[in-house]
Amino acid sequence: MKLLKLLLIIIIFIINFTKVNSVENNDDLVNKISKNIRCLICQGQSIYDSQSDFSISMRLLIRQKLAEGKSEKEIYGFLKDKYGQWISYEPEFNKKTIILWILPILLFIIGGAIILNKLFVKKY
Amino acid sequence: MKNKILFIALLLFISFCLVVFFKSLNNSNVYIPDTPNKTVKEFKSKSLFSEDEISSEKILVNSDYYILNIWSSWCGPCRREHPKLMELSQNPSVKLIGINYRDNPKNAKNFIKKFGNPFSFIFVDTNGVISIELGAYGVPETIVLNKDKKIIKKFVGYLDDKSFKELNFILK
Repeated sequence: MKLLKLLLIIIIFIINFTKVNSVENNDDLVNKISKNIRCLICQGQSIYDSQSDFSISMRLLIRQKLAEGKSEKEIYGFLKDKYGQWISYEPEFNKKTIILWILPILLFIIGGAIILNKLFVKKY
Repeated sequence: MKNKILFIALLLFISFCLVVFFKSLNNSNVYIPDTPNKTVKEFKSKSLFSEDEISSEKILVNSDYYILNIWSSWCGPCRREHPKLMELSQNPSVKLIGINYRDNPKNAKNFIKKFGNPFSFIFVDTNGVISIELGAYGVPETIVLNKDKKIIKKFVGYLDDKSFKELNFILK
């Protein structure tokens, strides 16, 4: 009987622990996505930082979508479909954003080449 | 010669920056993606005046155009645009549907009682999720749908005279 009680306690403990863990994981994911989504009202902030009504609604929507079993990618896709690329702080690599992604690399290479060239000219 | 080239390059660069700067200043900071041909998906919610949950599919019927207006009693601009909605409600080819965004039901009912009810139906959006699903940017917002429930126009913010003219032109 004692053994049965102990077994029952362990089972309940495990079930509760996994439940709490999954809620925590969901919270982490909601926070992770929220930090990368622009607030519609105060556009300098993410919806994670903002306390505007629309940010609160958007965080709720993210939580709902996750509960429905939607993946992170699907949620981003949904929000980008509704609000455009602009909603995400991390722009995708496509035709429109190619300059944005390539320019810093180009500037780095050109800058590096200029510095190397100067060093080279100085040494020899 | 080298200095001259550098000077011209610098001048060109500064002019380029100025053009980009002034062009960007003229652009609106509200980004509105292309909405045409996006169909409004079914949503369910309670009515402001009853406790029954109703599907949007049952409300969005028998009209050439539908106007979804996201409003709230705490929103000042909603009061300003309300007379225009009252005027629109006289148009027989349009069905106005209100979406009451994150509001106190008592205040919302008082608002309607005081300023009139232009809506055929009012959905309650207690947590604001329906409005986000519709792609709303703020309150108020007006979304025009054709009879196939496809979005044909979105008016972000309150309906001023210019938007109202444009809206009437669409509904003609």
